[in-house]
Amino acid sequence: MAARSSADNAPLVRIRGLSFSRGERLIFDGVDIDIPRGKITAIMGPSGTGKTTLLKLIGGQLRPDAGTVEVDGQDIHALSSRDLYRLRTRMGMLFQSGALLTDLSVFENVAYPLREHTRLPLAMIRKLVLMKLEAVGLRGAQELMPSELSGGMARRVALARAIALDPMMIMYDEPFTGQDPISMGVLVQLIRKLNDASNMTSVIVSHDVAETAQISDLVYLISSGKVTGRGTPRALERSTSEWVRQFLQGLPDGPVHFHYPAPPLAEDLLGETGRGRT
Amino acid sequence: MLDSLAQLGRLGLRMIERLGRAHLLLGGILEGLGSLLARPGLLLRQLFAVGVLSVLIVSVSGLFVGMVLGLQGYYVLSKFGAEQTLGVMVAASLVRELGPVVTALLFAGRAGSALTAEIGLMKATEQLSGLEMMAVDPIKRVLTPRFFAGLISMPLLASMFSAIGVIGGYFVGVGLLGVDDGAYWSQMQHTIDLHEDIFNGVIKSLVFGAVCTWIALFQGYDATPTSEGVSRATTRAVVHSALAVLCLDFVLTALMFGE
Repeated sequence: MAARSSADNAPLVRIRGLSFSRGERLIFDGVDIDIPRGKITAIMGPSGTGKTTLLKLIGGQLRPDAGTVEVDGQDIHALSSRDLYRLRTRMGMLFQSGALLTDLSVFENVAYPLREHTRLPLAMIRKLVLMKLEAVGLRGAQELMPSELSGGMARRVALARAIALDPMMIMYDEPFTGQDPISMGVLVQLIRKLNDASNMTSVIVSHDVAETAQISDLVYLISSGKVTGRGTPRALERSTSEWVRQFLQGLPDGPVHFHYPAPPLAEDLLGETGRGRT
Repeated sequence: MLDSLAQLGRLGLRMIERLGRAHLLLGGILEGLGSLLARPGLLLRQLFAVGVLSVLIVSVSGLFVGMVLGLQGYYVLSKFGAEQTLGVMVAASLVRELGPVVTALLFAGRAGSALTAEIGLMKATEQLSGLEMMAVDPIKRVLTPRFFAGLISMPLLASMFSAIGVIGGYFVGVGLLGVDDGAYWSQMQHTIDLHEDIFNGVIKSLVFGAVCTWIALFQGYDATPTSEGVSRATTRAVVHSALAVLCLDFVLTALMFGE
């Protein structure tokens, strides 16, 4: 019983000493992250810090240069292809673009994982799909094709597809980017409700501070390949770190400079051999 | 000088790396044959997209190529008084060479480019990543049916091309230029050999089908996931396929018909 309880308390995702680079560019440099079970954890940071890359590392789509990523106690990069695919049936992912299969209708997209991984009768699949679509408010759009959906609707369909197999965790890649206020509000509510109703673990990668902080239980801030802040949204608001304050309050200048590194303006304007001269 | 050499070395290494990736992809595609047999519906859908939709362009091209062969063949053969062998010339040219080669070039232009663009766009819109995260192997689910559809379609399309080409040659030779009807067909039946000509042509078209589809799928799968990347990959697929078909045609012809 004690062993069971300690397993339940262990983080669902445990990242230790993660390093990853693309070519010459170091994306992560010895990152440690714990994602607790049943909570919403946000990974935030400026654009280009590798937030989406982190989700791909957790999902086993990329291999790290060093370090380990454990999901539910299994080192995901040590698994065989078969075991990795088996584990992925318990993980859902909402891509930034929705990643709906464009040749299938909304209904078929949501039914897809059920058809692939279960032997349920057609009538049962239909009922499950309609329930998932009802949960995201799009039961009425079941016959539409992905090209007929707005961006917000496409993400909700993708969300219904991601929860089709009732996974233990869902990873959201920039779920609020490019959404109008109504769609954004709908998605914020959906993520929180789905997490609480199904006791799932959610990981949100985003740089939309207000919306993400509103529903997150824990926030990690990432910059320059390192974790620069960790805590509840309230704790981070009170942070004394200049960088954390600049990021959370959206200040144009601070530790992250407004200007990209460049020689002095006068030197560039008056110089003889400046770039871009014709 | 050293810089140029280093650049050449890097280019060579990149090419070898790409070739390695292409072979790994082919291995993955072939590995998916078992699961494809369990779901023949996937193959049927792709046979329609890759094969049936190419029938029109292959048929029309075959007709015109056959008509041109009839015309050109008649003028050359009539100089030696051998116009009665026009049927043999048209059929041998089509079955041995033009059928497999021209069909493969048309196939690369129509079906190959469509495959590359489709796979490239699926990559750019994260559909392939989405499948992976749904625990569905995109190579087995998306690429394997397309590969085998290409492999099966090509010999059928090449046969269709040759058959319609023979009819085109007949229209011109017999219908317009007055070659004897019986001589056109009987000379053809007498001279064209099932093993030597027809089987070798089928083998060629099978090889071309496999190579063109493999190139198209690899270019799409390996494309940079941007609109420019997909556009470049599509161009590369057609160019590489055309070059591969022409080079392989020489090799296969030398092996099959060389003394």
